[in-house]
Amino acid sequence: MTSTVDADAPVTTQPQASARSQRRFRRLNIPGGLAGWIWLAIIIIPIYYVVITSLKTQAGYFGQNPLLPPLSPTLENYVMVLEADFARYFLNSAIITIGAVVPTLAVSFMAAFAIVRGNGKFLKGVNALFLMGLAIPLQATIIPVYLIIIRLSLYDSLLAIILPSIAFAIPLSVLILSNFIRDVPKELFESMRLDGCSEWQTLWRLALPLTKPAIVTVAIYNGLGVWNGFLLPLVLTQSPDLRVLPLALWNFQGEFSVNIPAVLACVVLTTLPILVLYIIGRRQLLAGLTAGFSK
Amino acid sequence: MTATIPARRALRENAAPVAGGSTGRIAWLALPALVFFVAFAVVPLVGVLLLSFTNWDGIGAITPAGFANWASVLVDPDMLHALGLTLLVMVLSWLVQTPMSLLLGVFTAGTQKYRTVLAVLYFLPLLLSSAAIAVAYKALLDPNFGLGAGLGLPFLSQDWLGNPQLAFGVVIFVIAWQFIPFHTLIYQGGVRQIPRSIYEAAEIDGAGRVKQFFLITIPQLKYTIITSSTLMTVGALTYFDLIFVLTGGGPANATRILPLDMYLLGFRANLMGPASVIAVILVVIGLALALFLQRLGGKDNSASQLEGM
Repeated sequence: MTSTVDADAPVTTQPQASARSQRRFRRLNIPGGLAGWIWLAIIIIPIYYVVITSLKTQAGYFGQNPLLPPLSPTLENYVMVLEADFARYFLNSAIITIGAVVPTLAVSFMAAFAIVRGNGKFLKGVNALFLMGLAIPLQATIIPVYLIIIRLSLYDSLLAIILPSIAFAIPLSVLILSNFIRDVPKELFESMRLDGCSEWQTLWRLALPLTKPAIVTVAIYNGLGVWNGFLLPLVLTQSPDLRVLPLALWNFQGEFSVNIPAVLACVVLTTLPILVLYIIGRRQLLAGLTAGFSK
Repeated sequence: MTATIPARRALRENAAPVAGGSTGRIAWLALPALVFFVAFAVVPLVGVLLLSFTNWDGIGAITPAGFANWASVLVDPDMLHALGLTLLVMVLSWLVQTPMSLLLGVFTAGTQKYRTVLAVLYFLPLLLSSAAIAVAYKALLDPNFGLGAGLGLPFLSQDWLGNPQLAFGVVIFVIAWQFIPFHTLIYQGGVRQIPRSIYEAAEIDGAGRVKQFFLITIPQLKYTIITSSTLMTVGALTYFDLIFVLTGGGPANATRILPLDMYLLGFRANLMGPASVIAVILVVIGLALALFLQRLGGKDNSASQLEGM
């Protein structure tokens, strides 16, 4: 089967050539490799299909083998989607994402700092409460959230999506951030204190810079969640003006279900912004997520 | 979202407060987060329990209903069907996703260049919204213009989303497609933290690759497996958007799992009371699952737990 020792375990005691060949032999990881290539096909085929179909005309879609690239690629589907208020939906998604992620980071970081640095019954209780929040499928609370949003007269506004998004993101954010802050050597805190810094200064000047990777992780994770979120916008807004991208896509699908290439162009367009960010920040994203969850 | 194991670690370590510092005066820093969480998670949590004893159509007045909603929902064959489907989705998702994520996690933890290139592609589904994935699969599974027709395989050209049994299988597959990358990442991180020396020792003792996998990798990943399984199973209680867009719960309720049932009952049929009963059931299952999986980890293993993760 598989193991990790194959990865790059050095074989130091042997002559160069045989070391290399032995290494190559040891690297053979058949089940892992097989799963790897099969999985690649499973991942790529749907994505390939979506992209090539989005470049087809209606006639091309009906008349051609579905898996062959279009004979005469066209961008008309993209033009059509962009003309259908795409920019507005994009802006709405950007507003709720930034509007939810920044406050989530701020309040979660302060709470995580207090939980790690402080003591007493109150903070222990707060920590226990957030940990309990991790075990609860928070979507199950959507009905009372809907009621609260109506009572606050926030129904059908972007703020209606932002506020619960922050609350739902807090437990995991506090957990990841506090795990990272806990790894800051105690001596550093101690020396800050001896230098006469207040806890607030310690938070800004010591904990914040040292936990930057964790903050980026939490920001990306929550950002993806809010950007791709569906249930909150579906339940808490109504106006076409306030649609976010996933909802716009769903709606577009209902309207244009006969024009599959256009619907798939919309899929590509809603994914593109995130894809660009992925290409730029891939290392940070994957390293952060790995560290955040396996810590 | 859940991550029981790190949670336990947090609790334990917090038991021994950091020495020194003006620790008493910083409790207020936790207040803003607490306020948000209480207002939009704790209050609704209590609220959903209260609402389960009322009748409300989503707009008009809320009137008390006693145990009527509970009495009707708990014996409702549709609800029991949805509950069964939810548990089936949970179990099948775990059975499909865990071995695959484990294999891929071990595979991608290697350092060769080509694995890195593959891994870049593997994680693409993490970026897509459930709505986008559902819409894409609807097109892909079209019997006339989708994958089956493209490959010329009649077997693949079935009415995937129109046949109840097939539709259920499609849902399991698409969920796996969406979530395996995430769990692969978790396992990749776990594998990278296993000390090399253990494998070297095993090598000297003459343990083969298969033995190493079952006697070292799997036991060392015990807590990673529990974390991943918890996220997976509690996550199954929140699958909504994907199924909502892909099948809408159909055909013939074949994919109407509880979270979807809750939404349709509450926001489509305007029966917020019965929908709240289902929400409470979801919360109870979630808590029970998390507790059960945490117990599975054992209490006296806290020391090795740190290594294992």
